[in-house]
Amino acid sequence: MTTTTATPRTATDPTRGPAPVRAVAPLRDIGTMARREARRTLRSVDGLITAFVLPVMVMLVFVVIFGGAIQQDGGYIDYVVPGVLVMCLGMGSATAAVAVAQDMASGTIDRFRTLPIFGPSTLWGHVIASVVRNLASAVVVIGVALALGFRPDAGPGDWIAFTGFAVLAVLTFTWLSAALGLVLSVEAAQSVNFIFLFIPYMSSGFVPVETMPEWLHGFATHQPFTPIIETMRGLLAGSADGGTVTTALAWLLGVLLVSVVAGGVLYRRRTAR
Amino acid sequence: MTDPMIAVEGLRKSFGRTTVLRGVDLTVRRGEIFALLGPNGAGKTTTVNILTTLVQPDGGTATIAGADVVHDAAQVRRSIALTGQYASVDAFQTGEENLVMMADLAHLPRRTVRRRAHELLDRFDLTDAARRPVGTYSGGMRRRLDLAISLVAGPAVLVLDEPTTGLDPASRSQLWDVVRRLAADGTTILLTTQYLEEADRLADTIAVLADGQIAARGTAAQLKALVAGDHVRVAFDDAASLAAARSLGHEGIEGIDRAESDDKELALTFPSAEPVRAIRQVLDLAEARGLAVAGVSVVKPTLDDVFLALTASPASPATPTTNALAGSTTSEALR
Repeated sequence: MTTTTATPRTATDPTRGPAPVRAVAPLRDIGTMARREARRTLRSVDGLITAFVLPVMVMLVFVVIFGGAIQQDGGYIDYVVPGVLVMCLGMGSATAAVAVAQDMASGTIDRFRTLPIFGPSTLWGHVIASVVRNLASAVVVIGVALALGFRPDAGPGDWIAFTGFAVLAVLTFTWLSAALGLVLSVEAAQSVNFIFLFIPYMSSGFVPVETMPEWLHGFATHQPFTPIIETMRGLLAGSADGGTVTTALAWLLGVLLVSVVAGGVLYRRRTAR
Repeated sequence: MTDPMIAVEGLRKSFGRTTVLRGVDLTVRRGEIFALLGPNGAGKTTTVNILTTLVQPDGGTATIAGADVVHDAAQVRRSIALTGQYASVDAFQTGEENLVMMADLAHLPRRTVRRRAHELLDRFDLTDAARRPVGTYSGGMRRRLDLAISLVAGPAVLVLDEPTTGLDPASRSQLWDVVRRLAADGTTILLTTQYLEEADRLADTIAVLADGQIAARGTAAQLKALVAGDHVRVAFDDAASLAAARSLGHEGIEGIDRAESDDKELALTFPSAEPVRAIRQVLDLAEARGLAVAGVSVVKPTLDDVFLALTASPASPATPTTNALAGSTTSEALR
């Protein structure tokens, strides 16, 4: 290995690179991986549509088309924004499943695993990029909602709590998606976003649970999206309910823990071939 | 440095009930190009995956530059680079971005990252395409970038898993040149391939992997000698000459009693330990008897012959022991 001397040895012996500065550099690795994911999003038309156009479309459909029929005084927007937000954060996070599955299939993750890098940095790259991307799309959704007449009663403290809660939700959704991406084929990974598209419909996100058929009440009340959406609704209305928040946090932290552990183990064990 | 760069002993691996490696032994010297040749499913990729720390072996040992792939994986990762079967480069990043990313992941000093990327782009003739997304690259360009990426940190050992699969002949020979130059500069290269020509043209040492074991190893010439010696082929102008030659009897020409004739090509082929002498004898005889000889040639066995002979799977699946015995005998013969 070339040591740092004044002679430009690399010019005559191009097979040898400069010696690595440090054996272990987890922060640098995570930063490099996050940059990679940011590029992937910014350069994919699909990714940009999923991140920014789709959530706005969903909200327009609910508020403009269905909203009048559901609640004729126009107040439906205040009810539906948390549901749309959770759906949009979930679907935005689910793109990590496809990206990870593609990296597995292409052998890219195998190559990363042969490098002397901080092991989980690949997955952390997805997670960090996902948090940034989803917060940006949440800002866009809330902006459009405000333009459509959304009037939250949240105070500054509520907004801070809301932001923290949204970050936790994205962390959980992304880790879950990334872990699934490690075991699913690219095609199967593409359907991970159905989890975040359809299960929220069967929650209190879009219509109150009481208006659903009796047999759905049990599932709708106790499935995780209901407390998660109710927590956001409460924080935006400035009147969060402690019990609901606790249930939501328990779900998110529980799924997050399982996903991080499973993702870490799978990342070390799985190979493309 | 006389210690081997890659030393593998008794490597075993099963996936579930399928045994993939049944005890593989390999030794690769520094600066050597070593080809692991075998049909699909022989265990080439599993061997590569174990050597590159991706998969843990069930038994046996493997060291890279003295570091154990199981107990000292971090050290192994510092001295190897893997170029997989697929060009694992990001289509959504430019060539330059891919290289810079890998230089960052190799923890090169930050100020040298970009310089190193440009050096490699230049070396692999990719400077003009450096700022284009890799999605627009041809198959050959992707492979070159893939290889450039593997070299970012100047690995002591480069592992190439079927590096030319799917490449056109021009790109393939270009890649071979690059590999030869790397070996000349001191990089140890382990490559897997199912192309006999590739192993023949590129490798210093070839090991034939069949059914999870090394069936034979040696230079291309040694392997060819193992299966069959040279043959002499005599072609005639007319069928009458061929018929006459066939009825000659021994006439003191060694091996001609085992001659096979090809009526369509009007040729006679027979094994010979001394082909030059045999040719002279045949020509003398033909002149004496007035046979019309169209041409003579020495037929060298190809690696295909070796490959087929060594990897021919037995008709019944119940003969792994016989295979194992045959395998150890043949490799014994080469030592």
